[in-house]
Amino acid sequence: MAKLSKLAKIYLALVFAILYAPIFYLIFYSFNSGGTMSSFEGFTLEHYGAVFNDTRLLIILMNTVIIALLSSLFSTAIGVLGAIGIVFLRNRQTRNAVLSLNTILIVSPDVIIGASFLILFTMIGIKLGFASVLISHIAFSIPIVVIMVLPKLQEMSTSLIDAATDLGASKRDILTRVIIPYIKPGIFAGFFLALTYSLDDFAVTFFVTGNGFSTLSIEIYSMARAGITLTINALSALIFVVTLGLVLGYYFFTQRTGQSPGTRGAKL
Amino acid sequence: MKDNPSRPLYLVPYYLWIALFVITPIALIFYFSFLDLTGTFTLENYKNFFSSVYLRMTLSSFWYAFLITLITIIIAYPTAYWLTKTKHKQLWLLLIIIPSWINLLLKAYAFIGIFGLYGPANKLLHAIGAGPWQILFTDFSFIFVAVYIFIPFMVLPIFNSLDKINPALVDASRDLGASSFTTFRRVIFPLAINGVKSGVQAVFIPALSLFVITRLIAGNKVITLGTAIEQQFLVTQNWGMGSTIAVFLILFMVIIMMLTGQKEKGGSLNGKTK
Repeated sequence: MAKLSKLAKIYLALVFAILYAPIFYLIFYSFNSGGTMSSFEGFTLEHYGAVFNDTRLLIILMNTVIIALLSSLFSTAIGVLGAIGIVFLRNRQTRNAVLSLNTILIVSPDVIIGASFLILFTMIGIKLGFASVLISHIAFSIPIVVIMVLPKLQEMSTSLIDAATDLGASKRDILTRVIIPYIKPGIFAGFFLALTYSLDDFAVTFFVTGNGFSTLSIEIYSMARAGITLTINALSALIFVVTLGLVLGYYFFTQRTGQSPGTRGAKL
Repeated sequence: MKDNPSRPLYLVPYYLWIALFVITPIALIFYFSFLDLTGTFTLENYKNFFSSVYLRMTLSSFWYAFLITLITIIIAYPTAYWLTKTKHKQLWLLLIIIPSWINLLLKAYAFIGIFGLYGPANKLLHAIGAGPWQILFTDFSFIFVAVYIFIPFMVLPIFNSLDKINPALVDASRDLGASSFTTFRRVIFPLAINGVKSGVQAVFIPALSLFVITRLIAGNKVITLGTAIEQQFLVTQNWGMGSTIAVFLILFMVIIMMLTGQKEKGGSLNGKTK
């Protein structure tokens, strides 16, 4: 293997620096006692205090976490069942058709998902707010769970199931004692991914949130449109730490399942 | 498989999801694209789309998406190439990917500070004597931030396809007397073209539909298809026109997927739509 030239090293260092600069810039100024992101006056934790003293913000944070946990639980349950169903589809054409349908929400731009869900909820009379946001998050997380679980199911040898049948296991036993334990790493990876998708989502939520209900990203958007407040910086430092934890968790599970680390699609 | 492990009853929620949240929303978008503000059936929206305003907007949206994709490739390709040559390359790749997990809004917000009139970008310009500039709310800041956002999404697929190339092929080409440029052009590049195609898929379509960055960074000066849809749905409340633009965005998406699509072996198990 050829060694990296100096030029290559400088180039890579530069790319890394640019990728991380904005994030560390935000975090750096979250400790600024001055009110701006341009001159650092002194070290303070007051902006962190502001985050934790702002009841409204805390409620929004709670909303965000509740939506993320609930939506990833539901989407994991439905997605796992869907993936098992897809694997047992005997007709190849049907299977490909279902897989294509599964992928649509992954590749669709968020504006289209958001706009079409907005129409849907209005048509069937679901009030915009908690329910519509939760349902949307479940809906766009399901295909991700399916994609994460499928490879595990496909590598599972059918003889495992045959053996279980021969030993007298009921269908229910096979599902809960053979299939689910085997695909567990995939399920966890799917759950993690659904969680981060939900925490991260702005565009879809923006369309279906209505007036009274807000998640963190919606709140950050309106704050950012109003201008710079270092509360956002403190908040983003906290989010960065949580995200890092989730990435490492996800990485841990995918490494164990032997999949290469993947980005989520460009969900913007 | 001789038997299904359980009755297909457990598939009901999943199929219900497909019907309700995949098929119905697309059908509704198509249906609404034929409605005007009062809800009567019309072709007016489609006629409007081909009027000069919307056509110009579509063209400029494509132009921006094209520029963003091109610059992203130019930056990401060497990055991916050199990454494959590092020790602990999976770790470095993970480090490239981590910023893509940070909420887009926070990154955009960071750039409001960086590109602001008193931000570090202008301080740097001032230090080299180029004076303060209005960087925020320009085409430049829009393209810069968009490229910044998309770099990881381009690096990853290119890295994966470069990493799969058998090094023996490169050695063989060297042994046969090819220069490193020829080796790159005739061996490495063709073998890794699928990574570039996936990257283009992952960047071009989102670049057409960006609206967060245009709102926060480009100060409404840049209008992409995504911005227009958001505008029609949430500001003007003209769902018909918004849907029509969405129909075209879907159409462009399908075309781009077909152009950059790859033949997959043994059925599309990884589920990329055609």
